[in-house]
Amino acid sequence: MTAATAGRFEAAFAARGAGERPGIIPYVMAGFPGPGDTAPLLLAYERAGSLAAEVGIPFSDPLADGPTIQSIGWRALEQGMTPARAIAQVAEARAAGLTIPVAAMTYINPVLAMGVEAFAAACAAAGIDGVIVPDLPVDEAAGLAASLGAHGLAHIPLVAPTTPTSRVARVAATAAGFVYCVSVTGTTGARDRVSPAALDLLARVRSVTDLPRALGFGISRPEHVEALTGHCEAVVVASALLDAIGTGGDDPGATAERFIRGLRGVGAAG
Amino acid sequence: MTTAGRFGVYGGAFVPETLVPALEELEAAMTAALADPAFIAELDGWLRDYAGRPTPLTLARRLTEACGGAEIWLKREDLLHTGAHKLNNALGQVLLARRMGKTRIIAETGAGQHGVATATVCACFGLECVVYMGREDTHRQAVNVYKMGLLGAEVRPVDSGSRTLKDATNEAIRDWVTNVENTHYVIGSVVGPHPYPTLVKRFQRVIGDEARAQALERWGALPDLVVACVGGGSNAIGIFTAFIEDEDVELLGVEAAGRGIETGEHAASLEAGRPGVLHGAYSYLLQDADGQVRETHSISAGLDYPGVGPEHAALRDAERARYVSCTDGEALRAFHRLCRMEGIIPALESSHALAVAERRAGELGLGHRVLVCLSGRGDKDIDTVRAVGGTGEGTQ
Repeated sequence: MTAATAGRFEAAFAARGAGERPGIIPYVMAGFPGPGDTAPLLLAYERAGSLAAEVGIPFSDPLADGPTIQSIGWRALEQGMTPARAIAQVAEARAAGLTIPVAAMTYINPVLAMGVEAFAAACAAAGIDGVIVPDLPVDEAAGLAASLGAHGLAHIPLVAPTTPTSRVARVAATAAGFVYCVSVTGTTGARDRVSPAALDLLARVRSVTDLPRALGFGISRPEHVEALTGHCEAVVVASALLDAIGTGGDDPGATAERFIRGLRGVGAAG
Repeated sequence: MTTAGRFGVYGGAFVPETLVPALEELEAAMTAALADPAFIAELDGWLRDYAGRPTPLTLARRLTEACGGAEIWLKREDLLHTGAHKLNNALGQVLLARRMGKTRIIAETGAGQHGVATATVCACFGLECVVYMGREDTHRQAVNVYKMGLLGAEVRPVDSGSRTLKDATNEAIRDWVTNVENTHYVIGSVVGPHPYPTLVKRFQRVIGDEARAQALERWGALPDLVVACVGGGSNAIGIFTAFIEDEDVELLGVEAAGRGIETGEHAASLEAGRPGVLHGAYSYLLQDADGQVRETHSISAGLDYPGVGPEHAALRDAERARYVSCTDGEALRAFHRLCRMEGIIPALESSHALAVAERRAGELGLGHRVLVCLSGRGDKDIDTVRAVGGTGEGTQ
């Protein structure tokens, strides 16, 4: 099990053709839009041709998140979502045939509350392939990275436009799966354009590591994805997608598929 | 986990990567400034000529008689400009921010005292100032909201989460992540990521340094017991630090027991929490089994916070300081007693320390001295006290 999960990200990135648009990594907050919707949404993400998926485990005090994900996370908590239930939703999606890689994204306190080792074991058992913790900089991450590695899971660290290149190299040395590149100095949430600082960061990351680069925070439109061709291997799409699902009527899966295919620049049959 | 900025196992810097270079820059600037005699002289000058330091040490004469034991002495931070110890830190941090070339200042506030102190110093230096405050707290502390406006600051009400101090702190950190190039975040207590707990301690330790010197001068002796209230814990660290090496001086922190620890409606992180990460630091935290941060309650907005400074966690583990708690009702009764017996209207925060100090003064007995940090005055709490009603008579 563990060897197979560790390889899912590697295989997914290896399957991309040269010169292709960046792959899409759509995000879903566990328990969004309703408590039982996570597994069906993950399957819709796969049907839409996503490279991987990211599942948010809600936390009461999400420092790195903007208004969209804050309010969605708060609602998920009010409806009883917990880390254990969130992880179980991925297991449910795997049982229903999900094959794309899945990264869990949460904050360090829920991980500490479950216990770092127990958290890594639970993620591995559920078929999660990697973990992203935005409030755990490399200086504090050794313990979690070791536990994740022991369970065959990727520790996926973040780098930001403010990160000096020497530090990017230190961060990348602890990474597996991909390096999560934050496009803006700011929180999550849709933006109008991709900043020049993001392109600079992506180039700096490539100068110190061969790992795939996924750009996130603010990516919301097909033209963003197209413009990033050749600059990164994937983009993470969260707030704009969740906003679309939230306002898109009573079939979240269909709305998500349409949105993701649009980002990929392919038609309904793509 | 690394050892940078740790107090025992507590502290650290659990922040989004975007902020890491800013925290490193702050630490370097702090180290350089504190080693620069010109900076220290500038800070001391402002503390003396603008803030009103040193603050007096006052014997609570009638209260001591009523308790029938040790003498109760008050370190009068309530007499500092803006009415609380918060100004010590706001002055220090804004002077540091100016030295770093930052042009915009942000802060979080709960009771509003730290927001008012920060807005005051920004007015003094002509700096842009934005203060985040939970929507609930803007209602509870409307006078302080108005004051901040008078001082030229913009108050941004926060509607996320529980709409109180912890959410205002989240929002201030998010602002900082977004505007880190030109902005300094003046955090208001000994909480947050390294180097903040160390930086705020440095600017608040003047309370204890002065009190210790005043004690030696007035009594030729040190106090037997030092008592301070603990929310985040900056006035407590401020008065404890000078006495930490004095092993015979007992240090006692008082958290808010709210409606009683057993009701779950309190803010006693050290007494009823367990270690976790909030606002960038590992320390005691009121949280549920899944690590979600719990809502808190205290009649005093300044203590209504689910976390506590990491150095308090370490002092507790090392048994150098002890921590107890005091209910809303006990604090209110102490509030009224100080009003009626000493002619001093204390902040509800400080009233928690007074309640425990009175109890301990009786236990210690004659010939001993208790030093209480009277961290702020109670003008801001008048509406709260009036709403509860009564004068505390017959409740002694």
